Amino acid sequence: MLLIALFTVYRGNVVFDRVVTVMFINVLLSVGLQIFMGNSGLGSFGQYAFVTIGAYASIWFSLTPQQKALALPDMPKDWWLYGQHQPFLVATLFAAALAAVCGGLIGVALVRLRGAPFTIATFALLIVVNRVALQWVELTRGSRTVLGIPKFTDLATAFTWAAIVVVIAFAFKESTVGLKLRASREDEAAAASIGVNAALTRWIAWTLSAGAAGLGGALWAHFIQQYSPHNFYLRETFLIVAMLIIGGAGSVTGAVVGAVLVALGQEQLRQLENWINAERMSSGLGTLIPFEVRGFADIVLALAIILVLIRWPTGITRGREITFDSFRRLWPGKAVRSRGEIDPVREPS
Amino acid sequence: MDAINDGIQYLISSLSLGGLYALMALGLVIVYGILRLVNFAYGELVMIGGYGLLLFGDSPLPWIMVALLSVIVAVIAGVLMERIAFRPVRDSSPTTMLITSFALSTLLQSVALLTVSPRPRAPRLPSIFVESFTIGGLQIKIVDLIGIIIGVLALVALTVFLRRTVIGLALRAAADDFTMTRLLGVPANRVIAAAFAISGLMAGIVALFWIGRTGQTYPTVGLQPVLIAFIASVVGGMESLRGAVLGGYVLGFLTMGLQTWLPQGVNNYRDAVMFGIVIVVLLLRPQGLIRPAYSREVR
Repeated sequence: MLLIALFTVYRGNVVFDRVVTVMFINVLLSVGLQIFMGNSGLGSFGQYAFVTIGAYASIWFSLTPQQKALALPDMPKDWWLYGQHQPFLVATLFAAALAAVCGGLIGVALVRLRGAPFTIATFALLIVVNRVALQWVELTRGSRTVLGIPKFTDLATAFTWAAIVVVIAFAFKESTVGLKLRASREDEAAAASIGVNAALTRWIAWTLSAGAAGLGGALWAHFIQQYSPHNFYLRETFLIVAMLIIGGAGSVTGAVVGAVLVALGQEQLRQLENWINAERMSSGLGTLIPFEVRGFADIVLALAIILVLIRWPTGITRGREITFDSFRRLWPGKAVRSRGEIDPVREPS
Repeated sequence: MDAINDGIQYLISSLSLGGLYALMALGLVIVYGILRLVNFAYGELVMIGGYGLLLFGDSPLPWIMVALLSVIVAVIAGVLMERIAFRPVRDSSPTTMLITSFALSTLLQSVALLTVSPRPRAPRLPSIFVESFTIGGLQIKIVDLIGIIIGVLALVALTVFLRRTVIGLALRAAADDFTMTRLLGVPANRVIAAAFAISGLMAGIVALFWIGRTGQTYPTVGLQPVLIAFIASVVGGMESLRGAVLGGYVLGFLTMGLQTWLPQGVNNYRDAVMFGIVIVVLLLRPQGLIRPAYSREVR
């Protein structure tokens, strides 16, 4: 949490402003994923399904009818939804709520699965939502981009919501439910023997996670002022998962750190890629790299994930959290107990 | 009669598609059974096979050779994949391995994007892929028939391999209880490499037919096969090879059925409906249609 605060001080120029805002939204999404993945030990690829739901929901509710006529020209004008026009805050909350409700409904079916089938099912969910979004032209303008969304998200908004989600994530993790979930993550049979209902705890985490994702979606749509299902699909899912894994799925700090690292790293890599391409044209680098460099960031990122998983399977933070305790440790002379964390990505016993 | 014609048509295309799907699922489950690894990069094996087709197709070799070579390339890729990417994480949790495979998949796609081209390229394909012949009012695509035959052949060959050869036995034992198998002296590395080789083989064959159907290859061509493989194996039961095959055929029949009989307006939602049905199946039978020998209590 404190990390985020430090970063807000950094806002200097406008370009950086934008990067940091995106980063905060990514932090939000990453932490949202952590609520579920970190505590349950199950991999989920469905996050962006809820991002999409949330984004569209927020669009439906925040656009005035005039704006809707331009942005969503296929929406029937006599729908109740058409006339809806709420302040951004309400629209955002509603988006999160809708995403959470959808998550809850689907979650009832999903929590009965575990391990690989579960992850595949979340993958299927992502695809289903993507397909539906691509087809349901009245609501989403199909595969075309919805343009002209008013910009409601700025640095402050992104930061605030990210901070709120971080707090919620912490609260959940340390709560009774979170503890139960983590117990079932470690050893499901043992947890069941003391009365932990793994499916229920998973469901709660899943729904919360879906809500957070929806929230992120709403923020995002109103930041870049456009939305299309194409842009919120596999590649972005990969990014979020990367953020979480590199940072460490077991801790909220990990999610934050991961998001920050990946966001900044991506920026750097993108600039590097541009530089390489430019240099290629002008200097002799062209003979060394005879093709246009594209997707460079992805490659590095994928390699990074693989490396991290080989060396530090629990991520860079190894599941530890930055709490007030850890700052006290910096003060000499004070003996402070710090809470150790259990590896969220299960090691076979 | 029209209804019978339609019925036979449906049967043939479903069998063909189902066989293809079954092969896809098999390639995935063979690795999963032993390692509990869901190999996202399996799709990229198909992609590699496809690009092999492209590469070798440019040479003057007869197409059979081209096909054979690209399958071999896929097999080699599979074994390499295991050696380089998966062996270091072999002892980690399933989730770790899964994410590794996801990262590997993205990596391979990006490399292909970078080095070859993001645009779809059409490899040289023999004309039998588009020809069809008519029997008594039925139009049957030759590739469908070949698909059915090859599908059945592959399944039979695999079954024989697993039942009659030493490695096959080792694979089955490993899928049952890997630790015990190793304790009995079976070399783990060889078994796992064999599994990945078979996976690559399946991917190679799938690549032939999949790209033969669509006519193009591109970096993300592996996405749909791997997705189908996932769904088929989850529906059929990931713990058993028979489940994978069953799941493949079920999915094939389902896809064809939806395509033929869904009303026009809803047709675009076909994928969504299909996955919806899958989720329902999972709700009722989380272990898949064919239960493994020992099923853990799912509460």
